[in-house]
Amino acid sequence: MSVGAIRSVGVCGAGGTMGAGIAIVAARAGFRTLCHDTSTGALARARVECTAFFDKAVARGKMTAPARDSALAAVVPAADLAALATCDLVIEAVFEDLATKRALFRELDAICPPETIFASNTSTLSITEIASGCGREDRVIGLHFCLPAPLMRLIEVSPGINTSADTLHAAWAWAEACDQTPVRTQDKPGFILNALLVPFNNDAIRAVEAGVASPADIDTAIKAALGYKMGPLELIDLVGLDTQLRLGEAFYPITLDPRAAPPPLLRRMVAAGHLGRKSGRGFFRYDGNAMFGS
Amino acid sequence: MTLPHAPSYAPSYAIIAGGDSRAFPPGDPFLAGAVPSEQAEVLIFLAGAPFRSDPARTAILIELGCECLGVHTGEAAGEEGSNVLGLARWRNGADPPSPLVELVRQPRSADGAIAAARDVLASAGLTVVVVADQAGRIVDRLLRPKLNAALRFLDEGLASAHDMDVTCRLGLGYPEGPIERVQRGGLADHHDVCRALFEIYGTAAYAPARRAVVAAQRRAHGVG
Ligand SMILES: NC(=O)c1ccc[n+]([C@@H]2O[C@H](COP(=O)([O-])OP(=O)(O)OC[C@H]3O[C@@H](n4cnc5c(N)ncnc54)[C@H](O)[C@@H]3O)[C@@H](O)[C@H]2O)c1
Repeated sequence: MSVGAIRSVGVCGAGGTMGAGIAIVAARAGFRTLCHDTSTGALARARVECTAFFDKAVARGKMTAPARDSALAAVVPAADLAALATCDLVIEAVFEDLATKRALFRELDAICPPETIFASNTSTLSITEIASGCGREDRVIGLHFCLPAPLMRLIEVSPGINTSADTLHAAWAWAEACDQTPVRTQDKPGFILNALLVPFNNDAIRAVEAGVASPADIDTAIKAALGYKMGPLELIDLVGLDTQLRLGEAFYPITLDPRAAPPPLLRRMVAAGHLGRKSGRGFFRYDGNAMFGS
Repeated sequence: MTLPHAPSYAPSYAIIAGGDSRAFPPGDPFLAGAVPSEQAEVLIFLAGAPFRSDPARTAILIELGCECLGVHTGEAAGEEGSNVLGLARWRNGADPPSPLVELVRQPRSADGAIAAARDVLASAGLTVVVVADQAGRIVDRLLRPKLNAALRFLDEGLASAHDMDVTCRLGLGYPEGPIERVQRGGLADHHDVCRALFEIYGTAAYAPARRAVVAAQRRAHGVG
């Protein structure tokens, strides 16, 4: 696939949190976007969310009504994976499971033309391992979007060991064509963002555990000193303590970096059901949108 | 979430100046609010000023560098604490001081002293948090390992300095990335803080990254 030749994009897992957002990014930039998911219910819900997103963009004056109509027309549901045969780029955002992603790429290899690029939105897995055995290892790349994808400009672009320079250039150009900001990173656990963030968040949990200060004072200190919009503990509450635990469990066995290892307090809080905002209690307590000290 | 502390009454304070204060450099508006020490409820010993205890004062604050408060007060198997507290205003190297003051307490620190110290500092518009007397307090304890990791990633070729900084600004909403922050604050300064923390924690996370060691060695050779 040469630079600029990508016209049609497939999204696998388009009914999920990330897949639905990635489909919006692609369609907004004018790419015909085929949305596939094993759950037809999830796909239908994503379509409603996508329409609501574009309607809101029009209401806020960020998009014209004709642009919304053409973006929505570009989003095509594809219940059958075989429909992705026309895609120049397929981005997977399916469950974070190596076997699932590998099986999907093997299946797609039999469906798509040889030049189609496969991209993975994995947060914790290796691009090289996902690509391994799919039949086109040179045309597989990591495209790691941030949540929420339609609002966050960053994409971490990670070539695997066998990824060709052409694939990297084409994926990079596609990201820019979507008005995103690509950054290049090696295929290492957590790429840049999670490699820096997950241990930092664990350190904040360890500071609570060590009695350094209250969660509220830890967050206040980080925000006042470093100018971060959110403190680390507030952020962990938002993404979920169970997610933070999963990330640590994914990275630590590979990197053996002690900072990546889930702190004992995190495990205890998850076991106690203190998962953060979604359970009403994490390092802070939540009642609707209000937030209280822990 | 704690609400901003809005003191209704700010105790009077005196400044006992020593050498160069990182917390309140010359011209800092906080210095202008001081009264003569005979009239002050709170005494503030800035860096280098010889500290003397005075149980009659509501609170005594000692400006800290990387050292613990116990270095000045002595410790007593977890029973230490009095009207003497530590004060550290966070600064990134030679940057102007941030609004953050970490108020360092010991297990038996007097509640009245903490409240008075908070009131003095918050009345001056500073953001005050109360911290145990542990190495690196909050900010250096959490920030330094991250800066070391970013410097190591740079050496290992994970990404360019630019791409790491852009990732943190766009992906995490930080005002600046780790490499631009550590470079602006000074790699040699980062080295010094890490050395102090490494002496206590002894973990790889606090071992100064190679680039910080290089900067410190160049400073030692007068070429930094
Ligand atoms: N959620 C985040 O914050 C985030 C951020 C960046 C990257 N990611 C990564 O994105 C991917 C998806 O995460 P998510 O949070 O959106 O998950 P999700 O559970 O919300 O969505 C996954 C979707 O994939 C579908 N699916 C599962 N197996 C499939 C298959 N074989 N074929 C087609 N569809 C399939 C599911 O039905 C579901 O709709 C993961 O790799 C994750 O690591 C997540």
